[in-house]
Amino acid sequence: MEHIRTTKVEQVKLLDRFSTSNKSLTGTLYLTATHLLFIESSQRETWILHHHIAAVEKLPLTTSGCPLVIQCKNFRIVHFVVPRERDCHDIYNSLLQLSRTAQYDELYAFSYNPKQNSSEQVKGWQLIDLAEEYKRMGVPNANWQLSDANRDYKICETYPKELYVPRTASKPIIVGSSKFRSKGRFPVLSYYHKDKEAAICRCSQPLSGFSARCLEDEHMLQAISKANPSNRFMYVMDTRPKLNAMANRAAGKGYENEDNYSNIRFQFVGIENIHVMRSSLQKLLEVSGTKGLSVNDFLSGLENSGWLRHIKAVLDAAVFLVKAIAVESASVLVHCSDGWDRTSQVCSLGALLLDSYYRTIKGFMVLIEKDWISFGHKFSDRCCQLDGDPKEISPVFTQFLESVWNLTEQFPQGFEYNEAFLLQIHEHVHSCQFGNFLGNCQKEREELKFKEKTYSLWPFLLQEQKKYQNPLYNPDFSPELTLLEPNTVSFNFKFWRNMYHQFDRSMHPRQSVLDLIMNMSEQNKQMEKDIKELEAKIKRKNSQSDAVLVKEPLQSAPPAPMALKTSPCFKKEQPLMPVNDSVRTIEGSNTADNRYSEFMEEFSKAEPAVVSLEYGMARMTC
Amino acid sequence: MEFAELIKTATVESVLLSGAGLPPVRGTLCITSHHLLLSSRPGGDGAPGTVELWLLIRNVDAVEKRVQNLGWYQPPRTNSSQRDTRLAGSSGTITLRCKDLKVLQLEIPGMEECLNVASSIEALSSVDSVMMMYPFFYRPQDLRLEAGWHLFPLEQYYQQIATQTSQWRLSGVNRDFAACPTYPPAVIVPAAVDDEALRKAARFRQGGRFPVLSYYHQKNGTVMLRSSQPLTGPNRKRCREDELLLGTVLDEGERGFIIDTRSAQAAKQARMTGGGTEPKSSYPRWKRLHRPLERGRPLQESFIKLVDACNDTSLTMDRWLSRLESCRWLSHVKAALSTACLAAQCLDREEACVLVHGAEGTDTTLLVTALAQLILDPGCRTLAGFQGLLEREWIEQAGHPFHLRCARSAYSHARLKQEAPLFLLFLDCVWQLGRQFPFSLEFGERLLLTLFDNAYASSYGTFLGNNEKERCLCKVKESTHSLWAWLNQPEEKRKYLNPLYSRNALVIWPSVEPQSIQLWQGLFFRWIRSSKYLDEAWAEIQRLVENDDTSVEESAGNRRSQSLSDTAAQTENER
Repeated sequence: MEHIRTTKVEQVKLLDRFSTSNKSLTGTLYLTATHLLFIESSQRETWILHHHIAAVEKLPLTTSGCPLVIQCKNFRIVHFVVPRERDCHDIYNSLLQLSRTAQYDELYAFSYNPKQNSSEQVKGWQLIDLAEEYKRMGVPNANWQLSDANRDYKICETYPKELYVPRTASKPIIVGSSKFRSKGRFPVLSYYHKDKEAAICRCSQPLSGFSARCLEDEHMLQAISKANPSNRFMYVMDTRPKLNAMANRAAGKGYENEDNYSNIRFQFVGIENIHVMRSSLQKLLEVSGTKGLSVNDFLSGLENSGWLRHIKAVLDAAVFLVKAIAVESASVLVHCSDGWDRTSQVCSLGALLLDSYYRTIKGFMVLIEKDWISFGHKFSDRCCQLDGDPKEISPVFTQFLESVWNLTEQFPQGFEYNEAFLLQIHEHVHSCQFGNFLGNCQKEREELKFKEKTYSLWPFLLQEQKKYQNPLYNPDFSPELTLLEPNTVSFNFKFWRNMYHQFDRSMHPRQSVLDLIMNMSEQNKQMEKDIKELEAKIKRKNSQSDAVLVKEPLQSAPPAPMALKTSPCFKKEQPLMPVNDSVRTIEGSNTADNRYSEFMEEFSKAEPAVVSLEYGMARMTC
Repeated sequence: MEFAELIKTATVESVLLSGAGLPPVRGTLCITSHHLLLSSRPGGDGAPGTVELWLLIRNVDAVEKRVQNLGWYQPPRTNSSQRDTRLAGSSGTITLRCKDLKVLQLEIPGMEECLNVASSIEALSSVDSVMMMYPFFYRPQDLRLEAGWHLFPLEQYYQQIATQTSQWRLSGVNRDFAACPTYPPAVIVPAAVDDEALRKAARFRQGGRFPVLSYYHQKNGTVMLRSSQPLTGPNRKRCREDELLLGTVLDEGERGFIIDTRSAQAAKQARMTGGGTEPKSSYPRWKRLHRPLERGRPLQESFIKLVDACNDTSLTMDRWLSRLESCRWLSHVKAALSTACLAAQCLDREEACVLVHGAEGTDTTLLVTALAQLILDPGCRTLAGFQGLLEREWIEQAGHPFHLRCARSAYSHARLKQEAPLFLLFLDCVWQLGRQFPFSLEFGERLLLTLFDNAYASSYGTFLGNNEKERCLCKVKESTHSLWAWLNQPEEKRKYLNPLYSRNALVIWPSVEPQSIQLWQGLFFRWIRSSKYLDEAWAEIQRLVENDDTSVEESAGNRRSQSLSDTAAQTENER
């Protein structure tokens, strides 16, 4: 590729991110068209996708070489020292070019070839079918219908084609309402709760200014509340802080005036905007990336960043929404400004709390496809897939994943998926390796023919779903439509170490309970399978031999893994699945992995006497 | 003194008991010399009562009462009996804040009864005499009095060392507690130092706590010693015997480290009050390192502030984080773990001997020596090994003044005397180790919680008194039951075991980054938030593991431990 001038640099040092000394690993750095690759002398490889690179920084030259710091969108930070400045400069420039893509078709997804044929590719894209999902929810029905108003993306460019609206909302109402809503994003169905007959609807802010009204929009809201036979009142949730919403009135936008809409209860829930969230994450990363951080600096930094406050605000909003539906059977209309950031967060989390389907692996994929991808969360802008306006970048989707993680911590048996699943999705939202998250809305994706040129992430995740299964998941814990009632007291929100320090291995527990349990249940499953095969084998053998003897060996064939030890043929014929012992090993049992090995170095520096212990007592002064 | 004199009202009918997470129950409250009982009678007055509350009064940390005179108030006449009408005049609420951090509320009809109950509980809970404590009265049927008291004799520990080296001897210099009132009768000291020298060295150390062996690191023969501060005073006094004692620990050409748990500044200031540190000129082969650890009042206040913040569930995120920060508890946890790691590192990596002391040598010193052993020695990580460690480094051999330090917990309004939650801090650090190495400790969180509860209020004699001398005077071992005897009963023991345990011969080096240190929710939120879902998940883990163990025991079990030692060897090699 034209951007790559140097493809290989030897004798590059990789510094430990948190080391206070200059501990490092030496290896070779390779630059490929898609990845930056570092191979240590011990052959351990570190792959960094160019699209994952958020920032590259060249630090001032030191005696050991030219430092190059790379920050990734998956929160990996690597610190290289390149011996020669020219090499460093070349790599720096190449990475700058490679990490900034100007056009979609230069993204990795367009060159990534997972060796699928075209029918597999098509099938992959069909895995998640939103029409099927609405059917599962119970729509269309007597009160809700599919509208073709947006068939050609004429009414709203950023909405999908298929939209569900109340039956009583005629086309003129829809059109009128959409003209009164920012970016034409009129109220549509996001989730329908069939037991309560209540709906979560979503839209953007009304163009009400200080006094404007729109009869069609008022009719639209009335249609939504009428579509709910259980409760005629509906909530309108403005997820913004009241001040922000009021400021928008000056720009001809704003929020619903309760006097103009009948039967609504209006509520602000105060989630901050994308700019506040961006700088909050920035502050959080600054704190967590500090070397030699004290507990107090960490906690005060965590507080000052406001990050956990924002996560709590998002989850609190979802809890408010869920209460309206579950307790009052009231429908809720959710909006923010444009209705694609905070609205997506609150609607999807609300549905996740209401409906246990979204707590399964497949259901979570559906939820993301529905409330995030199809309703036009601007993944491309928010994740900076193409070189664009840095002010559009914001960790809105990361916050959603973190909220879900918080729920999985509170309900360890409530989710079919584990943390690794959330981290993997986060990884691919930024990797641009699959087509799902590319672009800002469905219209764009169709025009650029992503489904023909790229692959869908979901089949790949499903294929390796063993890795993402929560071994403690108990489907009986939450039968269909079981409500989760999280406790959003402040102390329940914790810093997500596995997200923000995913690649800083020394910081994590040295032994993982989850991995162990996963291996165990995997093993048990494997053995149960083996038993079935053996039983079948025995059956076959017996049917071949004397029919009279059939009964006895069958009885001796153990029906449950408990009895395995009594089956001698088992061990001979079928080697046990190897126990993955890596989960039992202790990664940091070597102090070199640990940062307090620097205690020694630290006091060596401060008190040179220790260093010179062997050289006699001359310098043993302090 | 008679307990009966302290009990003004022994029983009150129709008391409403409520506490966080429990549905309120009404029943009869009964005060005995050591317990507060509440029994309900669901089947009417004739039916046998169900005991709803069985609270050791020693567990009560603070009693708060609020009485209302409701003379004007007419209670709604539903199905109220005559009694209710009689009592309608006044009522009172007593809030009991317990040392195990639980908070209970008793609604008592009748102002006078309420005041009587409150003052009875107050009087009974502040009985300070060790001999009057419940363990001296507790006589469970299925335990023998002598069981559990001599499980971990120092002689046994010494024998282990004696098989490796002859440099150490068991000394009876403190047989009558004359050399050091807070040491046990037997101590392990360098073989080359005679008892007379020990007596002289003892006079040079605060409280007579001369340097004794705390831990022998079998891997390389280095040792960890502990003591109190030397009494150098403003005139820089020296003591030849003390210098000799420490000198003989080191071989020719070897260097050792003294980890002082005070700041250099504080150590220097201690000279003005007769204490001090080992000056370089007199101990040329020992290198001093200062790692200040909080103790005493600041630590107790940190605990109080933390519990206060945890109990306020209405806090906004910012307020919560700022209060978590300002209480500094997690900083203390990090500091304790870091210092223990430093000591462990000196022994294991630098192959140097270590002496740990602060001022008295009964608090932060023990925190460091006990944690360092847990990190280094797999033997301490079993249930029995941990009990032995506690006896050696906190209770019998070490003389941590439990009676003084655990007299009051986080709620008490009484003026603080010498309370400080050092033992709790230790348990918290052990919990952190357990979180980071979930398969390496044979015991689980439940044991740590039980130890915390029993250190503050117990039916057993194990944590009574301040040192061995006091326990001997009170005949604790003859007249009370040992906590270990109870814990080690097969049925009981099961509850404290960690189902995931698999012996790990390696040193467990924890991460001490702030991101890795967590608040011990199981303790600080035990009574505040429901842990139903977490408990169920844990039960599921237990079920999976037990299932797995029974099915794969023979084949995979062996392999698992085998390859663990393989990897152990591998890691060793990598170094």
